[in-house]
Amino acid sequence: MRRLPLSLIVGAVLSSIFLIAAGLSLLWTPHDVTALDISARFQPPSPEYLLGTDQFGRDILSMLMVGARTSIAVALVAVAIGMALGVPLGLAAAARRGQLLDEIVGRGNDIVFAFPFLVTAILISAVFGPSATNAIIAFGIFNVPVFARVTRSAALPIWTLDYILAARTAGKGQVRISLEHILPNILNVLIVQASIQFSLGIPVEAALSFVGLGAQPPLPSWGRMLADAQTMIYTNPRLALLPGLAIVTMVLGLNLMGDGLRDVLDPRLRRLRA
Amino acid sequence: MLRYLLGRFTSLGLSLLVASLVIFAVIEVIPGDPAAFMLGLNATDETVANLRAELGLDGSVVSRYFDWIGGMLTGDFGTSYTYRVPVAELVVDRMWVSLPLALYALILSTVVAFPLGVIAASMRGTAAEVGIMGLTQLGLAVPNFWFGMLLVLVFAVSLQWVSAGGFAGWDDPWAAIVSLTLPAISLAVPQAAILARVMRSALVETLGQDYIRTARAKGLTRRQAVLRHALRNALIPVLTILALQFSFLLAGSIVIENVFFLPGIGRLLFQGITQRDLIVVESVTMLLVVAVIAITFLADIAYVIADPRLRRR
Amino acid sequence: MIGVEGLSLAIHGTPILRKVSFGIAPGEILGLVGESGSGKSMTALALMGLLPPGAVPEGVAALDGENLLAATEARLCALRGNEIGMIFQEPMTALNPVRTIGDQVAETLRVHGAAGKAEARRIARETLDRVGLSKIGMDRYPHELSGGQRQRVCIAAAVALHPRLLIADEPTTALDVTTQAQILDLLKGLVAEQGMALMLITHDLAVVSGMADRVAVMRAGEVVERGETNAVLRRPSHAYTAKLIEASGHQPDRDALAERAAVLSAEAVVRTYPGARQGLTRGPEVRAVDGVSLTLHRGESLGLVGESGCGKSTLTRALLGLEPVQAGRITLNGGPVGPDMPTDRRAAIQVVFQDPFGSFNPRWRVARLVAEPFHLFGARPADWREQVAGMLEAVGLSRSDMEKFPHEFSGGQRQRIAIARALITRPDVLVLDEAVSALDVSIRAQILDLLADLQGRFGLSYLFISHDLSVVRSVTDRVMVMQAGKIVEEGETERVFTAPAHAYTRSLIAAAPRLELISA
Repeated sequence: MRRLPLSLIVGAVLSSIFLIAAGLSLLWTPHDVTALDISARFQPPSPEYLLGTDQFGRDILSMLMVGARTSIAVALVAVAIGMALGVPLGLAAAARRGQLLDEIVGRGNDIVFAFPFLVTAILISAVFGPSATNAIIAFGIFNVPVFARVTRSAALPIWTLDYILAARTAGKGQVRISLEHILPNILNVLIVQASIQFSLGIPVEAALSFVGLGAQPPLPSWGRMLADAQTMIYTNPRLALLPGLAIVTMVLGLNLMGDGLRDVLDPRLRRLRA
Repeated sequence: MLRYLLGRFTSLGLSLLVASLVIFAVIEVIPGDPAAFMLGLNATDETVANLRAELGLDGSVVSRYFDWIGGMLTGDFGTSYTYRVPVAELVVDRMWVSLPLALYALILSTVVAFPLGVIAASMRGTAAEVGIMGLTQLGLAVPNFWFGMLLVLVFAVSLQWVSAGGFAGWDDPWAAIVSLTLPAISLAVPQAAILARVMRSALVETLGQDYIRTARAKGLTRRQAVLRHALRNALIPVLTILALQFSFLLAGSIVIENVFFLPGIGRLLFQGITQRDLIVVESVTMLLVVAVIAITFLADIAYVIADPRLRRR
Repeated sequence: MIGVEGLSLAIHGTPILRKVSFGIAPGEILGLVGESGSGKSMTALALMGLLPPGAVPEGVAALDGENLLAATEARLCALRGNEIGMIFQEPMTALNPVRTIGDQVAETLRVHGAAGKAEARRIARETLDRVGLSKIGMDRYPHELSGGQRQRVCIAAAVALHPRLLIADEPTTALDVTTQAQILDLLKGLVAEQGMALMLITHDLAVVSGMADRVAVMRAGEVVERGETNAVLRRPSHAYTAKLIEASGHQPDRDALAERAAVLSAEAVVRTYPGARQGLTRGPEVRAVDGVSLTLHRGESLGLVGESGCGKSTLTRALLGLEPVQAGRITLNGGPVGPDMPTDRRAAIQVVFQDPFGSFNPRWRVARLVAEPFHLFGARPADWREQVAGMLEAVGLSRSDMEKFPHEFSGGQRQRIAIARALITRPDVLVLDEAVSALDVSIRAQILDLLADLQGRFGLSYLFISHDLSVVRSVTDRVMVMQAGKIVEEGETERVFTAPAHAYTRSLIAAAPRLELISA
């Protein structure tokens, strides 16, 4: 058995802390995040409130757990949307390289890329009102051309290989070749890209919620916790530190995991090591 | 070369056209009646009718689209409903904050990232590389608006060197630059991390090319091979990222301007949303898209200058 | 004046070279010959001081008494390009794409401080003239030049300072035969003119026989034999040298069983591509195949030779029914061939490709790879595993190989798997598209023997496509010569090679290096 890269192990440990906390929050949190208790506001950390309380007396640890859930849900669903639409588009564009379909996919990508992601989110919120769902849709739209491009450019060199010609002499069509030969051989690239987009999604969700275009009260989210904390930064800086640290740790974990995955899955590197 | 650029120009023009259609559809068609939407639930029929007339909403969808585009082309971006002044005036005012901020951040991130990327690539396997790569990992993980809050906490709250935000205008250029510094740093940090990583991997890949070996066989030292042969080739992928970054910086400034209470384009757009001022949202969004597409085109020109293989097309 | 004595090399502890010794005198050409992995290139890089990280050389490599292996990096930088020049195999990637050729030749002079800016450009111009590029401007970029021209630029940069030793690592392997002959001529001329020593690294004994004064044969990191070229090739003292010489001119035993019945034929086939897109319009269309007619008889081996870009590959894809033709007709067993031909007809023509590494989906096991063409019959037959195992045994592999992945096999073994895959549907025609070109000579001889054997056992007709004239001559009954989309000559193989009728055929045959010492 090959030794796993250190970055993969560290990254997996860091990210699973948050995954577990988010999962656990579905069943149990130390305190109810919707219960307001003004008498217990701005409590410092204590055995009762491990990370203290906020301006409404809510338990910060519980808020962070539920906030992790919001972040992960938004980022994950947006990546799923991006992959579900982008990968088939990229595969089709690569199969029909230089033809009309390829051209249309390419132009479509250019147009989506012309909209800075936050602008898309703002446009959607302007008309449909801000919500976590709209954050998902905006980031999902942004992810589609990302995956379409990565898929296409990973698939193109494979289409020139002799085993594709061999498959064609075996009577296989473009769809079957894309599924049997292309997709399995670019899966590593897609997994790595998915981990990158997922880790991008965490701060993106936080930023949207921070400016009020993401998750709405009473749903706790790291970005909204930071927005609330900003108004009290002179009196209670602790409130601004904890959610930020949570974001940094989680994103760092996901990035390290992505790097590690790339090392494990990249066949070029694997051949060198073997 | 001209043919290649003409081709790119045509396709970017097409992108602009489609983008304008999308924005128009989202703002003016999907909500049904924009006037009712802007005024909210409590508006009377009469005020809605007045606003409809004021916005010119009585015409057909097609003629309204052409009016809007025609206005944009002649510098008439409509009149803000909330501010009661021409949007063009608002935009010009705010541009004097946002554009310097984005440029400032771009310069900062480039100045920091280039040397870091080059050092990491040419010192592979050393502690310097590990250190730089670790630093960039951290830079990638820090959200820029939270980093901005930390800077405020340290420099405004604790040390009290600067004020926590706001912008007094360019009458005092030095004060203006000082008040843009913390926002620019917070914008630049994650971008610098990305740029340094791209610079490193592009350079590492270039250093593995056959022509580097040829250069070494001619008697160039490692350093000469990097400076004379690898850097320019490695810059080609870096250009793509730089162009992309500008659009990230523009978008990022929407959030950062909120952290530092800067009266920029991002804040204007943001206020447009909260006040349901669709005219502001529509025109400012279109302007941002135009800016991004223009930058993409500039990057294309830079490609042609950097890579002679494109000139023949 | 260059003397290598007991050069050994290990990379991260793995021995690569063992006690390599040879010498080259001024004005002399040494051929360093060996198959892939024999350590030829590592020997050259050791002399240049450009070894990969982790490589530790031992021994002595003396250039006029100075041991290169002990020289400092600064000293090596001063020597490289000045006293020792080197050119490499792949001219397409050996030049920096964003700098002009004049600049890259002049750089050799500038970096050694041998000339000022204007003087360096003047000398660069002269050197480019000398290597046969007098009509090419200094301000051209590499992508505007052909492969042969780029190799000339590399040579110019390497010899601009008149080095005492020039190392050429497979300098013509990536080039067509006529270009190869010109480059070899140029190198020979430069050696005579400048009195430098040339170390010519090649896998091709025929190239060595025409060029080198002396030869050193390498195998597995050792020099197994060295001496004067004629003597070594005529009377090899080491068994490996003898085996290499036999394999280079290997003539498989073939039964002549050709009938006169046509199995595959093409009539006036034209294949065009739309021109490159230029803004909104397109350039003129490209005629890759221009009125080609051919007939392949049952049991016959038909050769198709031509240089790169002549339309061989396009014709192959049309004959396989993968791409439509714009005019003419292709018939296989009497029925038309095209992208929508019935699957049983498609099963009757299969193909083996050149690249033993790109030929297989790396994630599939051999059993599934070989069985892939069963797709043509709708479903895999019930006894498919039996059939796959039988076919693997027929190509000299074993039943137990079915569960392995392609990366567990050597290049020659992979070509056997590719042949098994092509034969699993029992085709009538097998297209061999440069099928042995990437293999070392000894492996190539084995695969040629296997193909001859299979032809009799399975009643196959071969269309043998290659740029290598000597291989085509040894294994085909008839041969066609293709140039710029047209068949310019066609006939019995021996007749075409001994009495070529077309001028292009004559130039091809004249340019091809031959191991003449064997027949002499």
